Amino acid sequence: MSDNLSNLFSMPNGHAVDIKSLDRLNISQFQETVMNGIGQGLRISAMFAHPVSSDGLRIWAILTHDRQSLVVPVYTDLKTRCYPSLTPQCPQVQGFEREMFEQWALRPEGHPWLKPLRFHDAYGNTGLSKSCQSPVMGVTDFFRVAGEDVHEVAVGPVHAGIIEPGHFRFQCHGETVLHLEIALGYQHRGVERHLIGGPNSRTIHYMETLAGDTTIGHATSYCQAIESLSGARPSLRALALRGVALELERIANHVGDLGALSGDVGFLPTMSYCGRIRGDVLNISALICGNRFGRGLICPGGVAFDMDGQRASELRRRLDDVEADLNSAIDLLWKTSSVMARFEGTGALSRDLCDQSGLVGPVARASGIERDIRQDFPLGIFQYTQIPICTGDSGDVFARAYVRWLEIQRSIMFIREQIGTLPDGNSVQPAADLLSDHLTVSLTEGWRGEICHVALTDDQGRFRHYKIVDPSFHNWIGLAMALRGQQISDFPLCNKSFNLSYCGHDL
Amino acid sequence: MICERGLEVGGQRSDFEDSDKKGDESMLDVLLARIQQKHRTISYPKAPAPKLPDRYVGLPVIRQENCLPGCRLCTDVCPTHAIFRDPNLRLDLGRCILCRKCEKSCLKGCIQFGSDYRMSVRRREHLYMDGQAIQLAESLDAAGKRLFGRSLKLREVCAGGCNACEADINVLGTVGWDLGRFGIQFVASPRHADGLLITGPVTVNMKEALLKTYAATPSPKLVIVAGACAISGGIYAGHEMVCDGATGLLPVDLFIPGCPPHPVTILDGLLRLLGRIR
Ligand code: SF4
Ligand code: SF4
Repeated sequence: MSDNLSNLFSMPNGHAVDIKSLDRLNISQFQETVMNGIGQGLRISAMFAHPVSSDGLRIWAILTHDRQSLVVPVYTDLKTRCYPSLTPQCPQVQGFEREMFEQWALRPEGHPWLKPLRFHDAYGNTGLSKSCQSPVMGVTDFFRVAGEDVHEVAVGPVHAGIIEPGHFRFQCHGETVLHLEIALGYQHRGVERHLIGGPNSRTIHYMETLAGDTTIGHATSYCQAIESLSGARPSLRALALRGVALELERIANHVGDLGALSGDVGFLPTMSYCGRIRGDVLNISALICGNRFGRGLICPGGVAFDMDGQRASELRRRLDDVEADLNSAIDLLWKTSSVMARFEGTGALSRDLCDQSGLVGPVARASGIERDIRQDFPLGIFQYTQIPICTGDSGDVFARAYVRWLEIQRSIMFIREQIGTLPDGNSVQPAADLLSDHLTVSLTEGWRGEICHVALTDDQGRFRHYKIVDPSFHNWIGLAMALRGQQISDFPLCNKSFNLSYCGHDL
Repeated sequence: MICERGLEVGGQRSDFEDSDKKGDESMLDVLLARIQQKHRTISYPKAPAPKLPDRYVGLPVIRQENCLPGCRLCTDVCPTHAIFRDPNLRLDLGRCILCRKCEKSCLKGCIQFGSDYRMSVRRREHLYMDGQAIQLAESLDAAGKRLFGRSLKLREVCAGGCNACEADINVLGTVGWDLGRFGIQFVASPRHADGLLITGPVTVNMKEALLKTYAATPSPKLVIVAGACAISGGIYAGHEMVCDGATGLLPVDLFIPGCPPHPVTILDGLLRLLGRIR
């Protein structure tokens, strides 16, 4: 890192730092540092506030440098409840600034889109008016396009299918979508606040249910955080098993998505096959730990279930079957011109837009951005073995689908390799008490993209604050942008090609 | 293949003339794929349920007789206060997330999770386990069976939660389970529905939408709750942003416990309600 960034503290993924050893910046230094970082290609993986005294708040920014595999935590303390917004110059912070405003009434002056994010009461007494302090779910000033020919379409929170609730407002001119606004918060169950003071008997279960389809991803991030704060070192065997579970989760979800995409363009063969094959993959996770979503598998210090030889060969056998079925099912997609005609050119996102908005995961990779935590910030088993990054270039539904298919194939290869060469070792190492007054950042490449957990401990080694950033938090804005200029009838297709989490966003 | 070339050269992928010519060939591919994928719909309930994994966590069994007076090992580790004394040891399956912590903590083996997937009941109090056999769901009465027995249209409402319950309900719609063969279907509008299937702890932010959906469903209607969240709030019970499930908000006809319930548990519950299995 160059210039004034080089004298900032930085650390690898999964390390902890004594908070007292970090410099406190004033707000203008803080913002300058963030903007300098962005200028040099760093991203903002998390930004959040927590109280430090009766009237003071501390704002943290967790900058990440993909190329150098470094995490840069910076903070500032504020006595006032307002600061100049960074969003106009740096769109990727828009959600974080709204979140801090909603939680702590911390007003980003000049924010162009200062609306509620999850529609909950502000924390503590903020001295705000009732309507600001306690917003009513879904009541906000939605952006409207004026004009005689323009009409508005509102969808949700209860949708037609069996999916999570969210509200979508389309401004349309005929069939063409001029603008889509997405209002979330229906799934908000207030998890982050209940993590404070932990860890306790509920903590791991909260992690496993932040987004039920990402149980392994979030539980891994959490356990890595605990391990870095307690000095526990899981065995190589445990790390390999975690990696296997993480890739199984990726395969299951990607297969489900490819099937759903196929269904949305009316191509039923692949839809039916993938629906079933996804179940077969979930059942492989259940073979390992008894639960189809991997509940109970990942625990601080390692994994709660070991893998004996017989189980390993059964796993390999099932994986072979899945692979054969998948090859035949997925190949059909690319060979069917009616499918390709709908996939190609639909909902395209440019690389620039992905970069500016800080998008992550397959969505960013489909637009040509080489961004993958397994490669950029390797932790756990990925320190010892690599999975090549898969990218596309067209940023459309096709690219998002094809990147998923490439990733499925890579993950199958990885699992086969790991299961074939499982090192010896204990499945779990006991974890000690957590360091006090430390901060740790733990990143994992979940199937939707970067999962960021930031844990801060108090002087007793309990969570003073715990921040979770699900990849969906970054990517929802990408879906809204992808819809611009598209036909409204392409919304389901675009939506599936992102398949974002509502509960992971709402927490 | 069209797309691989595209990924390599970047930009100009679609070559539709080329792919159109492949029309016949691609029909053949569809047929070949059909042969590869075989017929996979399970024959349950005619045949036994699909084999569950050996590490599957099913219905718990409580053994009162060995329980030590005053011992609190299991109650202290339970994340949802599902296991408690009054004064006998009781386990509320409506709150239990089947994490097995109590089983591991007990020195006397008083709690044991078995492999039985059948756990749906008709009344909330039937979910309290204290050593007696569980009272599995009875079927609707004759009038109810006449109305819904051969055709049940449900509107699913996801009201918070983690989306795993929804995922395993969706599984029932895949070819492997083919829920449609029992006349059970999920519909897009509550106006077309015979009842609601509710998942999630009912967040404060979803309460109104849930109640409106219920109101929009024509009577007579059924309410089914699936998952610890929808029954009791589950892992989120007691949070200020949730209503601790739908049980206190609506009259519930069927409780399907689990976190999430396995698809076969859900199917078993639905079929029992309709009197198709006993
Ligand atoms: S298995 Fe159920 S009763 Fe036992 S500790 Fe877990 S949640 Fe509590
Ligand atoms: S019951 Fe469990 S699986 Fe179902 S929504 Fe709640 S937390 Fe998720």
